[in-house]
Amino acid sequence: MSADPPTSPSSAVVYPRWLRISHWLNALAVPLMMGSGWRIYDAAPLFAVSIPREVTLGGWLGGALQWHFAAMWLLAGNGLFYLTVNLVGGRLFRRFFPVSPRGVLADAVLALRGRLRHDDPGRYNQVQRAAYLFATLDLVVLAMSGLVLWKSVQFAVLRDLLGGYEAARLVHFVAMVLLAGFVALHLVMVALVPRTLPRMIRGR
Amino acid sequence: MPRPKTDAARPDAGSILKEARKLLAPRLAEPSRRTFLGSLTLGGVAMLSGCSLNDGDQVERALAAISRFNDRVQGWIFDPDALAPTYPAAMITRPFPFNAFYGIDEAPAVDEAGYALEVSGLVADKRGWRLGELRALPQVEQITRHICVEGWSAIGRWGGVRFSDFLKRVGADTGAGYIGFKCADDYYTSIDMATALHPQTLLALTYDGRVLPREYGFPMKLRMPTKLGYKNPKHIRALFVTNSNPGGYWEDQGYNWFGGS
Ligand code: HEM
Repeated sequence: MSADPPTSPSSAVVYPRWLRISHWLNALAVPLMMGSGWRIYDAAPLFAVSIPREVTLGGWLGGALQWHFAAMWLLAGNGLFYLTVNLVGGRLFRRFFPVSPRGVLADAVLALRGRLRHDDPGRYNQVQRAAYLFATLDLVVLAMSGLVLWKSVQFAVLRDLLGGYEAARLVHFVAMVLLAGFVALHLVMVALVPRTLPRMIRGR
Repeated sequence: MPRPKTDAARPDAGSILKEARKLLAPRLAEPSRRTFLGSLTLGGVAMLSGCSLNDGDQVERALAAISRFNDRVQGWIFDPDALAPTYPAAMITRPFPFNAFYGIDEAPAVDEAGYALEVSGLVADKRGWRLGELRALPQVEQITRHICVEGWSAIGRWGGVRFSDFLKRVGADTGAGYIGFKCADDYYTSIDMATALHPQTLLALTYDGRVLPREYGFPMKLRMPTKLGYKNPKHIRALFVTNSNPGGYWEDQGYNWFGGS
């Protein structure tokens, strides 16, 4: 636990502008992708469940596909931007590491007891680190499996890596469910610790 | 005239239909809608700008423009030498599902005796082709995966004339942009020239070693494992080579035109 930046006073910028823009673009792209994806899923459900029409986007399959294949540019472009800036500047390593199963567990226990401190906005606790890293990775898996579903002939290496077209369908679906889980938890956490919200809007 | 899509058919329609039902049951009775923004949910449009329904047109136009952009991107990604995977006979989906914008009983019955494939547009030789003549050309066969725009897929075995051979034989202008197809069920669609010349693109005359049955598109289907199901026309009556995009039955309603995989 050495490389952490010094404690930031509450007035310091904890979320640079590029990050905030990227976060809110992502928060727009994800519901668009998920809502339209649910409508596409309903056209030929993999499982016995269908998604209620009221929460889907696009109205019919063709409309949902148009939304999905439009919002994918926003999701992918913004995601690449986020990853690039995070990696190049080294923020990814400063902000999200170290992270360990034990640390995550310890912080989770503290959080459940209501004793996890939030007074240093410049640092993520281990639960946050794990959750945000998970969301990022999961979005990468969603994008990769989506590429296979879209272009299974052209992206042959990726297709074989995922075990073929039908397997990619399953991967895409499971990754979607996991992301939905993350978003739900994320929103509950924001509701529980509402002072993080203006921070993500104004940066400090 | 586009007919409403009703996959539900009568109980006597046989095992193909049963299989199709099993595969596709959850999406039966799916309405196709041309104006989908009227029923847009999730407050999707409202979320974008808090806009009223009048702005729906603008959103629809923007989505259509992005879809055309995606056509170009797919044309650019398309590798004329990349082959779709082929499968052993044991992996064929049996029975192969029936899928069309109408029920299996309504699939058109084309009479072979009176049939000749019309060929027109930018080709040197515009005479019609009888089925016997097409069967006399060199035949190839392949077992490939058919991927539907709805997400499901099935493996089938198609045989027939390599389409690029046919195009050469009729002296098609392969520098032209598009090939359009008109079908006996009033379906129509069109493809890009690069896909038309792809080695796995077949003018399919057989299915699983038999003459292509009515439910799978007799007398012929253009089979392209590099494109989604709706791009693979069945019951082809006429084809033409052109430089202006002829669109398609589903494409004109909003499905992506390139529809490649
Ligand atoms: C309207 C919905 C959303 C709200 C209100 C919201 C709110 C927030 C807030 C307040 C933070 C800062 C949290 C903190 O200080 O611990 C944050 C960070 C984050 N959120 Fe969201 N969020 C939303 C949607 C999403 C979605 C859909 C995703 C991804 C699927 C997402 C992924 C993330 C990630 C990865 C971070 C960490 C960013 C970083 O530091 O690099 N958020 N969000």
